[in-house]
Amino acid sequence: MNIFVYALIFWIISWALNEWLVRLNIRLKYFQQLRDILVPILFGAALLGLWEGTTRGFGISEILLPPPSMIWERIIESKQILWVDFQQTFMKAALIGFVLGCGSGFLVAIAIDRSPFLQKGLLPIGNFVSALPIIGVAPIMVMWFGFDWPSKAAVVIIMTFFPMLVNTVSGLAASGSMERDLMQTYASSYWQTLFKLRLPMAAPFIFNALKINSTLAMIGAIVAEFFGTPTVGMGFRISTGFGRMNVDLVWAEIAVAALAGSVFYGVIVLIERAVTFWHPSVRNRATV
Amino acid sequence: MNGSTTTVVSAEKLSLTFETNDGPVHALSEVDLDVKKGEFVSFIGPSGCGKTTFLRVIADLEQPTSGDIMVNDMTPEEARKKRAYGYVFQAAGLYPWRTIESNIGLPLEIMGYDKAEQNKRITQTLELVNLTGFEKKFPWQLSGGMQQRASIARALAFDADLLLMDEPFGALDEIVRDHLNEQLLQLWDRTNKTICFVTHSIPEAVYLSTKIVVMSPRPGRIHEVIESNLPRERPLNIRESRVFLDIAHQVRDGLKAGHSYDE
Amino acid sequence: MNKNFLARSKSIPLLTVIAAIIAIWYVGAVWMNSPWQLDRYEKAGVDWKFSQLVEDTLSQKRPVLPAAHQVIEEIWKTTVLKKITSKRSLVYHTWITFSATMLGFIFGTLLGIFLAVLIVHNRAVDKSMMPWVIASQTIPILAIAPMIIVVLNAVGISGLLPKAFISTYLSFFPVVVGMVKGLRSPEISQLDLMRTYNANNQQLFWKLRWPSSMPYLFTSLKVAVAISLVGAIVGELPTGAVAGLGARLLAGSYYGQTIQIWSALFAAAALAAALVMLVGAVDRIVMKRMGFDTGKAGG
Repeated sequence: MNIFVYALIFWIISWALNEWLVRLNIRLKYFQQLRDILVPILFGAALLGLWEGTTRGFGISEILLPPPSMIWERIIESKQILWVDFQQTFMKAALIGFVLGCGSGFLVAIAIDRSPFLQKGLLPIGNFVSALPIIGVAPIMVMWFGFDWPSKAAVVIIMTFFPMLVNTVSGLAASGSMERDLMQTYASSYWQTLFKLRLPMAAPFIFNALKINSTLAMIGAIVAEFFGTPTVGMGFRISTGFGRMNVDLVWAEIAVAALAGSVFYGVIVLIERAVTFWHPSVRNRATV
Repeated sequence: MNGSTTTVVSAEKLSLTFETNDGPVHALSEVDLDVKKGEFVSFIGPSGCGKTTFLRVIADLEQPTSGDIMVNDMTPEEARKKRAYGYVFQAAGLYPWRTIESNIGLPLEIMGYDKAEQNKRITQTLELVNLTGFEKKFPWQLSGGMQQRASIARALAFDADLLLMDEPFGALDEIVRDHLNEQLLQLWDRTNKTICFVTHSIPEAVYLSTKIVVMSPRPGRIHEVIESNLPRERPLNIRESRVFLDIAHQVRDGLKAGHSYDE
Repeated sequence: MNKNFLARSKSIPLLTVIAAIIAIWYVGAVWMNSPWQLDRYEKAGVDWKFSQLVEDTLSQKRPVLPAAHQVIEEIWKTTVLKKITSKRSLVYHTWITFSATMLGFIFGTLLGIFLAVLIVHNRAVDKSMMPWVIASQTIPILAIAPMIIVVLNAVGISGLLPKAFISTYLSFFPVVVGMVKGLRSPEISQLDLMRTYNANNQQLFWKLRWPSSMPYLFTSLKVAVAISLVGAIVGELPTGAVAGLGARLLAGSYYGQTIQIWSALFAAAALAAALVMLVGAVDRIVMKRMGFDTGKAGG
């Protein structure tokens, strides 16, 4: 019971601290950024503390919900297994699927750029397919490509293709008529106009799709493994972990997956900030 | 009054009709006009009189439905492909992902100038518009007037003897506008380009031009062409002189007669 | 004139592409099913003609790629021709998935709106919670769906609720993000105007922020309902695959019943499309009543 009380106190103190921090009038941009990182970290730490305090303090069964400290122990212990699973699910299925899916979506968007006919035909279908539960094709992919990671990558490819296609086409249409007229006065060729005007202008849209797709890729790869996989992979470990009472391993896998997903997303955001530095949303970064 | 009599733009019975959902719109109707080398010609009139449309036809951004037009003794399309003119829009239209010098270099890149030549021209034109020192800045770091100057520099960077300007100073405040008017005249003097300038400000038209084309709407047509006898050297205070006011009066009369002031 | 009509028509390109897709599908079906078929011919020592091959590949019991008409036939058999109460009826399974989806969607929407209002009105919540709301989506909830189901089952909560929980978790995020953007969308000049009327926070919310956020809300709702459906389907996988479209998918894959898989997939797709269109319809009605431009007027 004691530890729960400590956790509660920690929570209350952190909350009060946060309320004070957000109201501080900070001049220097550097300290502002520092504050913006500190506040969520404090919140997260307090949350972890509460979790630890509640599970240990109330003696909640480890099978149901293990305390964070136990999960951490397990992560250190099972480094090897986690690494192998990570390679199988993230590096092979998710990453390769992501690259191929986004790449083909981009190329198809450029291929149909010159044909309004094809655009009007394909875009409604693209929007339609984006709303469908694509994860459902996982068993079909297993049938076609076997149990191993290629079938999972295939699911990721399908999942990431359409958001990329739709967003790239929108982005390519974003250039204003005045800018395009200017290019005409320079007698600029189609490819020159594409590379110098329309693609830079499409960048914000393309990165939007990349960010969405990074999450889709991770989830798609893991869930696709629920439908059948060799005895390796994060999805495999998660779906079988329960039967073997390996709950803390399951949580360890989840922690790794969450970390990998965040880093993946974060890398894309960093690249986005570098490439689209000129866009108002990046220039005027206030709150999230 | 250069003494040169080469005709840069020659329009004969030029007409352009748009088909819209509300019926045909006669944007241009039987326009006859000659622009000679070295002239500064202003086009003035209310919206719908066809002044922007005429500029766009010269630039091959619109195609006429009937009549003839020659630019440098070629069709507008050929002239465009030969990069015979520079176009300045009402908004600066600079690319926000490029620095100022990179923006000015945009047409040069497209037209295939080599790196050394590009740098030379960029430095020259930036000096012409008084923006030296701002090469590495981004457009959103500059004021509206400076952005428009950069846009003009971009139009001057390559060897086009004809400059087409569509209400370039319309979005700027009056003080900046006066300043830029002065600078534009100095530029015209130094470079000897032929300039076609669209505006809806009477003082601006009279101050800048050697020739003022008064247009009227519905259908878009030329009502009157007024030759200006103002001296070539024009300080800003010439706008209070008798001669200036007479010409302005003439322009205003022309606009009224062309039903520009009717509802 | 002909060219203009073709260029302006909206449905002709779509119909052409759909026709092309169906054609490619059939060709693909013949192509992908032929290895097995040719194998059968060889084993039976039968001579075959091309037209015979086409006919046979399009009517296999367990094809690699079922033909469109096979799937439609299966759907017909399991919906119209089966009693709704039967455990084999596609309607029954669709209903199971639909109820979990809707429950999760409604909870997710309410939670999302609540959080958004909180975030917009309290800076501490904004700065501390928003990053975590985003981080919450990096925890692959779909991935831990099996665990959640098992955990909740162990505590005695089973059936509809665990699936609805997953759907809620998935759908609240787009609603939060969309609503925060929407509630913050009024321009500074509009906020200032309210200030000059000495409006209090509540009035500001109901008269300005809430109406301005409607377009954003509906865009998010379309995303939320679609992802709710995915959540419900994945939630059906762990419990030994008994009921629901996810269960049908899994069962089909275990027993190699390709056509069953495809029919379940089609049903899921149809459900998704119907839900998104429903949200879209409500969107248009609300927008029209509020006087927003639905884009259907002329010009």
